[in-house]
Formats: sequence, C-alpha cells, structure tokens
Amino acid sequence: MIPGFKPLVSTSPHIKDKVSVRGIMLAVVIALIPATASGVYLFGLHALLVVVASITSAVISEFLGYKAMGKKFTMDGSAVITGLLLALCLPPTVPIWMPVVGSSFAILIGKCAFGGLGQNIFNPALVGRAFLTLSWPALMTTWVSPFDGVSTATPLGEWHAGHGYTPVENLFFGNVAGCIGETSALAILIGGIFLIAMKYVDWRTPLSYIGTVGILMWLLGEPPLFHIFAGGLFLGAFFMATDYVTSPVTKTGRVVFGVGAGLLVVMIRMYGGFPEGVCYSILIMNGFTPLIDRFTRPKVYGVMKKREGGK
Amino acid sequence: MLMKRGFRGGVHPLPNKLTSDKKIEKAKLPSRVVIPLRQHIGAPCDPVVEKGAKVKVGQKIGDSPAAVSAPVHSTISGTVSEISTQLLPTGDRVPAIVIEADDGDEWIETKGLDPEKASREEMISKIRECGLVGMGGAGFPTHVKLNPPKEKRIDTLIINGAECEPYITADHRLMLEEGEKIIEGAKIIAKILGVDNILIGIEDNKPDAIDNMDRLGGESVRVVPLKTRYPQGDERHLIKAILGREVPAGGLPFDVGVVVQNVGTTKAIYEAVTQGIPLVERVVTITGDVKESKNLLVRIGTLFSSLIQECGGPVGNTRKVIAGGPMMGFAQYVDVPVVKTTNCILVFSEERVREEEESPCIRCGRCIEVCPMGLMPTMLVKFTRAKKPEMCLEYNIMSCDECGCCAYVCPSKIPIVHVIREGKKAVRRLKK
Repeated sequence: MIPGFKPLVSTSPHIKDKVSVRGIMLAVVIALIPATASGVYLFGLHALLVVVASITSAVISEFLGYKAMGKKFTMDGSAVITGLLLALCLPPTVPIWMPVVGSSFAILIGKCAFGGLGQNIFNPALVGRAFLTLSWPALMTTWVSPFDGVSTATPLGEWHAGHGYTPVENLFFGNVAGCIGETSALAILIGGIFLIAMKYVDWRTPLSYIGTVGILMWLLGEPPLFHIFAGGLFLGAFFMATDYVTSPVTKTGRVVFGVGAGLLVVMIRMYGGFPEGVCYSILIMNGFTPLIDRFTRPKVYGVMKKREGGK
Repeated sequence: MLMKRGFRGGVHPLPNKLTSDKKIEKAKLPSRVVIPLRQHIGAPCDPVVEKGAKVKVGQKIGDSPAAVSAPVHSTISGTVSEISTQLLPTGDRVPAIVIEADDGDEWIETKGLDPEKASREEMISKIRECGLVGMGGAGFPTHVKLNPPKEKRIDTLIINGAECEPYITADHRLMLEEGEKIIEGAKIIAKILGVDNILIGIEDNKPDAIDNMDRLGGESVRVVPLKTRYPQGDERHLIKAILGREVPAGGLPFDVGVVVQNVGTTKAIYEAVTQGIPLVERVVTITGDVKESKNLLVRIGTLFSSLIQECGGPVGNTRKVIAGGPMMGFAQYVDVPVVKTTNCILVFSEERVREEEESPCIRCGRCIEVCPMGLMPTMLVKFTRAKKPEMCLEYNIMSCDECGCCAYVCPSKIPIVHVIREGKKAVRRLKK
C-alpha cells in the first residue's frame, strides 16, 4: 500500500512501556549504593573487596551455569544483584574466598539448578548465605566494631546474651558491628524509598514485614525500635523479601508474606537459638509463595464469588 | 463539580493525540471502493446487486435475513465491477463488492422520520435499514442492541465518549463539531429504550468536549467526566466507573440494565432516523508518521493507501500500518478498505517500532496490577505454555478483553495478549 513498505505484522499492543528487566535491575543496584558505601566507610576497604569478589563470582557463575544449561546468557543484571546482596549480608572480616564460594553456590544451586532467572523458589543470595553459615559457622559469626576493627558482638548478639540494648541512634546510622550492608538503617532506607518511589518495589512488603516485627515485639514487652533497626531486618525487608521472583505476585499476597516473615523473625529471636532470624524467615516464606499466590487471587470483574485455590 | 470516576488497574500511555485541534475534513471522493459484506458481529450479507449494476450513494447492496446482521450500502455512485473475497482490517477474509466511481456523486432519495411521532418499531427498523453498527470498534448491529430482550429492564443509556486509545481523536472532534446531533441522537435512543437517565462519559483529557456536551446536554443529558486511563472506553469499565455495576462474566450490558452507544454511532443514529441517511461515511483519524495528521470524513470502502496519500504520504520507513489504536489495533500487511468500525489509521515508521526480544518472566506482578479485569496474566501465560487449558479456565482466561495493558507494562516484553489468545483457543477446543 506504500511503496517499499516492509510490514512488521505483530499483535497488539503496538506500543510498550519503557520499563525493562535490565532497567529494574540497574535501579536496584543503584538503590544498594548507599548501603554498600556505608559498609565500606564503616568497615574499610576489605569490605569493598568482598563486594567486588562476590559480584564477579556471581556473574561468572551465571555465565558458566547458563552455558551448562544450554541457555543464552544475557547480562540482565540479576546476577550482579545476587552477588551484591550476598556480600552485604556477610561479616566484614570474611576471607575473600568466602564470597566467591557463596556467590557461586547462590547462582549455580540457588538459581541455575531451578532453571535460571524467574524459576528459582528461594532467594539466591540468601541460599548462598545459608550455605556459608551452615558450612563455616565460626567465620560467619566473627564480628568487629566499625573503624577500629576490634572484635565484638552484634547488637542482637549482645541482647541475646543478656547484655542490654544498643542505643537506637547508633543502629539507625550504622555505627555498630554487623554485616557489611546491614548496619545502617538510614542508608538502606534511602535506597528502599528510591525503589518505592520508582514503583519498582511494593511498599506493602517492607511495611508489613517491619510493622509486624515492631508490633509483636512491643506486645512481648521488648523495645520495638531496637528490634526494627538491629540486625538485617531493613536490608531483608527492602531488598530481599521484595525480590520479584521469590515473593508473591499479588498485593494481598505481599502483605501475607510480610506478616508471615515478621512473625518468623520474632519467633526465632525470642524463642529460637539464634539472635537473628531475617535470613531464615524470608527463605521459609519463599517456600510458601506459590501457595500464597494461589489463595490471594484478585477479584475478577463480573465474577460474583471469589473462587479460591486450585482445582 | 462532578466527581471523576475510574476503574481498577489500567495504564497511562502517552496520549499522542496529534489531531485534537484538527477540524474534520471531507476526504476526497474515492475512485473505487471495496465494501465488505460483513463489517459487523453476526452473519455476513448476501449481495443484492450484480456485477455491472449501476449504484447510487446510499443504495443497499447487501443484506441478510439473519437476526444479528446489518445491511451494507454503496458509498459512491458508480458501477459494480466485481464481487470477490477481500481482506478485512481485522485479518478475516470476507466476500466484498467492489465499485468503480462515475463522475457524479448521486445519492438515493432518503426519507427520515419524526422522532416525536414515530413508533419505537419504525425507528428500530429505520436504523437496521441504514446499516448501523457500533462504530467504536466491535461493530455490534445497533438495531439488535436497541431491542433488548423483554425481561431485561434497561434504566440507563451511556453514550461512550471516552476515546481512551492514544492517537485517536475521531470521537473527540465529533463531540466538538457535531455535539447537537449526538445529543439529539441520544434522546432518540433513550426514547426507543424508554429510559430517562442519559449519561455521556468523557475522559478528562478532553475538557473542551466535556464543556461543549455539558452545555448542549442541558438537564436531560448529563456529562460524567472520567479519569483519563486506558481502557476507560471499554464498555465494561465505563459501566463500572459510572454506575458501579459489573457486567457478569459472559454477559452483556443488558444484564445490568444498561445500553452503551459510542458517540459516532449516536450521531449516525440521529442521521438515520431523522433523515434516513445510511451509514456510508465515518470519521477516521489518520495519524502517526504521516506528513500531516488529519481527521477525515471518509466514505466506507476507501482504501487505506489513498487516505495515507491524502495526508501527504508516510514519513520515514514505514514498518506498521495499524487499523485502530496502538493498544488494540490490527497491523496490516496489504491495502485494506475502511470499514464501519475503522476509527483510526496509524502509521508507524521504524523509529516507533521496537522489536524486542522476550526474556523470562521475573514475576514482577505488573500485569496483575494493571489488568482491569482482575486477572493474573502471568499465570495465564504460564498455563497456556504448559498446555493446561483447564487451569487457564480456572483462572478466568475467557474474561480477558485483550486490552493489552499487561503486555504494555511487561518488562520482559512477553507478548502476553498473543499467548492468551492461544490459551483461549485451547480452552474452546477443550469445551468441544
């Protein structure tokens, strides 16, 4: 109909939003810069080495893993996030081989073994962390205080041992012992709010997760602010519980996920053997994600009774 | 101040309404028209003229005894040169009558009715004879829509002036230039249906149309401003936004006491009833990568190519010619005629067409968030590809209107609508 017309016949819609997988992943990496920078500032250049080693190992592992699966490897940025997140939840003193091994395990077993991006059930970074914790418990629980690197316990460790509560302002700014990227609630919050403002993260997950921990701890007579800001709750709530692949796809489901994870954190901290509980709370809820999705289907227009569940 | 209303989900693509300020112009008379014998939902017409017959503008050339069908008319004066199978803009192949124009533009004699005196049946029969169908896109025969089953009590007439698809301004211009006819047409429809409550839904990105219709409508026809959000113009969402009622799945607006008519159809109803003018022309927005975007009053059967030429021809290397809007329109690969439901011809050059490779679903949930029907498109894709039509059915795949919001927002560029269409086909096979 037009001279030289080379028609591209594709189905509607013929326009697409600009958002892309790579763009989202890049935004998450940018959002993690404040937490990463605060970790390096507090714990020194070794922390930066851990981060670099972890990311490099994750990307190389994904390349090899996809090759072995016969799938096309694309640098979509998801491996970078896995490597970075794993590094941020490691103690700043770990030897360099640990993030290398951990990231490798996270990507190859936590992600590729399930079929690659979008297929894995559990958050790969947390799979890597759980693996390292089980394999080298001593190295994974060696803590130092910021700046001077003197051996010490984390605020939750102190609390668990009955040594009282670290002041909330120290927890908020991050001037305490802990994993590289978890200590400064402020730095995490900056990145988290950025992702929420960009609409890349649903506020429901962190709010319900952190809110549940706060409210339950308050009901149990514990200082809620201490428990919210101490440990890895902020990092987990904003950056791990919100991982698209391993968390529910519905809005209601995300609230259920957050409340469930919060409940688990409180149970582990108050009645379990560990002072922390964020890592396991998220991994356990990851396992419930398909079930949550099934029972939180939105109401379909024109269908009067909401039918729940499968068959 | 009227409250603005909306519906669940939806998206907000760039409006790109390049022709909002362009007055409707009469297109050049075509030298040849292709009139498909089915331009509507329902049975195709049989030709009532033979090859070689002389025809005038408005002369009936095809009709059908079927209840759900609408006759077609010649849109130029000339000679029937062939009756053959032709391609519709929707991709279907249907029999069509091809007419070569003579020098004149001779019309048949038309006779209207006085809507004050005419009976309901007389008016419905006039509307049928004039070949009216829904001009907003679906093409449901108007006389069928205006004659709902007795047991359905209709209390509200909604005139659809939402025009939520980007680029299209045909209805917008009609509301500015032919507002009186739309209001009178709405009153005729209300009389036929026996309803008092007449509402016009218009998106708030057309304040001039809202003002104009509000002024002309007076007490009897009330304007309801709607939030600008695609797909507000889908009648299910229009009814939900304006009245808070949900059309049951598999049902029709009748079932909740509503009849919805597009503004273009409403104007055509006015002309058919009061003047007896058959549906031979309509407003088409020709836009995108053409030299000068226009709103043209086009004789049905005019080929897309001649209209694109009338707008100065394409700009850049054309990759897509779309019949309809960018969200739900059909990409063409050969020249096709304008039919009763063609509201837009959209030309995209290669700069506007991005071929993107699909990547795995990352379960971001955006498709669920924007689905105005409350479906879970990501699950429907998963079940369709896993060849599980029974699960597709369980997840209400048949409620999908294919509005395209899900595919629009998908960061993995999964052709969700395309996959869902496949899933629906599998479900239909399952039911057989």
